[in-house]
Amino acid sequence: MKKEVFSLCLMCSVRCPIKVEVENGHVSWIEGNQNVAGINGSLCPTGAAGISMLYDNQRPQSPLIRVGKRGAGNWRKASWEEAIDYVATRLAQVIDKNGGQSVALGERTQLTTHVSKTFLNALGSPNHFTHDSLCKGSVNTACRSLFGYTDEQMGINYVNTKHIVLYGRNIFEAIAVKEVKALMNALEKGAKITYIDPRVTITASKAHQYWMIRPGTDLTLNYALIHVILKELLYDAEFVSKWIYGLNELRDFVEEYTPKWAEVETGIPKEEIIDLAREVSRNKPSVIFHYGYRGTSHTNEIYMRLSILMLNALMGSVEAKGGIYFRKGPGEVGKKPARTLLGQNFPKIDVPRFDKAGTKDFPLPFAPYGVAQILPYAILNEDPYPIKALIAYHFDPLMSISDTNQTKRALDKLDLIVTIDINYSDIAWYSDVILPESTYLERTDCIMQMNDLTPYMFLRKKAVEPRYDTMDGAMILKKIGEKLGIGSYFPYETMEDLVEWQLEGTGFTMKDFEEKGFVTYGTGDIFWDRDNIPFLTPSGKIEFKSSLLENAGFESFPAYEAIPKREDGKFRLIVGRTAIHTHISTQNVPYLNGLESENTLWINTIRADELGIKNNAIVEVASSVGKGQIKAFVTDLIHPEAVFMLHGYGHEAVWAKRSFNKGLSDTVLMENVYDKVGGSAAFDETFVTVKLL
Amino acid sequence: MSKYYLFQDIKKCIGCHACEIQCKSYKNLPIEPELCKIIQVGPKFIDGLPKISFVFMSCFHCETPWCVSACPTGAMKKRARDGIVFIDKDMCVGCKACVSACPWGAPQWNEDTGKVEKCDFCMDRIDNGLKPACVVVCPTDCLQFGTVEETTRIRRERHASVVTSLDKE
Repeated sequence: MKKEVFSLCLMCSVRCPIKVEVENGHVSWIEGNQNVAGINGSLCPTGAAGISMLYDNQRPQSPLIRVGKRGAGNWRKASWEEAIDYVATRLAQVIDKNGGQSVALGERTQLTTHVSKTFLNALGSPNHFTHDSLCKGSVNTACRSLFGYTDEQMGINYVNTKHIVLYGRNIFEAIAVKEVKALMNALEKGAKITYIDPRVTITASKAHQYWMIRPGTDLTLNYALIHVILKELLYDAEFVSKWIYGLNELRDFVEEYTPKWAEVETGIPKEEIIDLAREVSRNKPSVIFHYGYRGTSHTNEIYMRLSILMLNALMGSVEAKGGIYFRKGPGEVGKKPARTLLGQNFPKIDVPRFDKAGTKDFPLPFAPYGVAQILPYAILNEDPYPIKALIAYHFDPLMSISDTNQTKRALDKLDLIVTIDINYSDIAWYSDVILPESTYLERTDCIMQMNDLTPYMFLRKKAVEPRYDTMDGAMILKKIGEKLGIGSYFPYETMEDLVEWQLEGTGFTMKDFEEKGFVTYGTGDIFWDRDNIPFLTPSGKIEFKSSLLENAGFESFPAYEAIPKREDGKFRLIVGRTAIHTHISTQNVPYLNGLESENTLWINTIRADELGIKNNAIVEVASSVGKGQIKAFVTDLIHPEAVFMLHGYGHEAVWAKRSFNKGLSDTVLMENVYDKVGGSAAFDETFVTVKLL
Repeated sequence: MSKYYLFQDIKKCIGCHACEIQCKSYKNLPIEPELCKIIQVGPKFIDGLPKISFVFMSCFHCETPWCVSACPTGAMKKRARDGIVFIDKDMCVGCKACVSACPWGAPQWNEDTGKVEKCDFCMDRIDNGLKPACVVVCPTDCLQFGTVEETTRIRRERHASVVTSLDKE
């Protein structure tokens, strides 16, 4: 028996559309969904390893309850009934003693996020948070400040661009298939890439211009670019005069930030800075200054993101072909999106969030996502109140939030840690209960509302029955909820019920997804009329002078401050990605582990010589918060002031045998500091020493 | 040479290894045998820019295959109708004569079975009108499969479109 199922990948969070072929209940083939324009059968390497993940037995195969010390790895198998009962009983105890707000749930934003939020809302807790602040908190805030939209409501029109400027945005190693294909097509049509990064990447090797910028000085470079653009009138005058609020203030502000000044700080010759400003101007508005992810991430990140977005606005590349655009939802064509459970009436919650996002203490971060990196502080300081239980759902605070040792100390104060995941992640290993989720090939998921230049809906559909004793995440939360007396908030018996319920009123049913794997609300790309762009800022304009910032007591144009100076002998730690792995979650997948099983520390040849470090030598890396051992990669491909390591290694979960104790986790070294305005974790703020062992 | 040709557009290759993984997934192989492999050369700075070469290595499906001549059991064969060089695993005794014979390292060792594995252009897929696994998933479409005539045309067309100025303002 052979069947084909259209679905959505989840080897990373991009959720590329796929087609799965099943023979006699066994997944025999996965490819990109050929029906989707811009996918055409393609998969990235992690997507291609879906089968390798599915048939790996080094993942949780039944619910597990801890019997020894936390993290010691002593488990007993439990039935679902027992495990759910165990979790519900302990949650009830925590809530009785400390109130509903003492329960937090953190997840990587996913299709069931509305279910997790429903779970907490019903318990009276505001403490749902996602990974987003770690990824791009300040990008979100910057987009809202300038345009009134979040970054998720914005897209990038790669395929029509003529010049794209990438700040460490390593597109060809952090693969989103559609993005990669679109940019490659643009390159074939003659588009140019300028790539800026203290480290040479594969993306750098495809660039027409590469700057090995001094770490931490992206903002410096941008102020100089803006200086040139304003001085030489290189901007899109019509667009700017119509839409920019605060141009004069910006002009006065950047007056002193000359290319000559920037050359000293960044190491980029001033002539080249001037040339780039002129060159992009010739291609406006089909130019993109990529606003994130990555790029240098410090405690003033909000201003770096704003400066990138301002460059786009000056080029008129907002809502422009080959520039950046606003995503169009079903409302644009008079239709409705899928429903979520969040439309229900929940008990009123009158305590602030654990991270205080949206209060006067921390006004600007996007409260619907929260600020993940505050969690350890909130628990340790019991500020604003005690947090006593954590549900980690497809999210690993230990390897995602900086300063693992501190995060562990915080977790040690909790009465209950529950992990819902498909992997033996480090947080699973440190939990009291592991509730194993079915993988993306084994489950139907909630509707994916895909707003883009035209609105779509996609569906992740179960291809095969679960191989082990696992369950869908939305069913797990429903079952815990039922035991806690909040079952009525989960009006479904199966995932299929939930999806059909979501689709009511949209004019579509689950059957409509069978033909192509998705449904579309309309046809063709929708660009708004550039004379009538509905910016959602108070002024209705692109606010260089920001109401959002100024109303919260922050300056729109604070005087430039260089990032903290490096002490002699130290290195700035920078981190990043590879095409082979997804953050922290795929290091144990057999085929992917086979290609890249360990990370190394990239260190500049001259600095390594000074320290007597040879290629492949084992070195000790230490910061103010942690240390560890790792193999050195001695190379000219990194700036002398920085060392680099791949994120996601140094796993501590013993039963994930291939990845256990391989390489070093960057979060052990990184200090948990953050942008107090925009909300991002400041991943590039940490200095380390390196010594030969 | 088989009538087919697998063309790698090096300019578009990003060395992501999706081809290798899909190959293993489709053929249900253990980690070690690499029927296709991207070999990275570089990065090296050339005129101030870092450049990397990613070279796709699998099997050339030679006209006079060394591996076929070397195979003592007749397991390694060349398919008469299209010249695909493949291994009949039932007949392979694991002597590795083909591994010694091939100048390009195409025959690979499968420790689990004690036999040789080799790229066969996914001939069961080709026979069903489909493309080889590696080609289907390539995220940049840098791998193209077809007859020699078709694939050489790609190079010419690309060169022509680069030198023409009709597209540009």
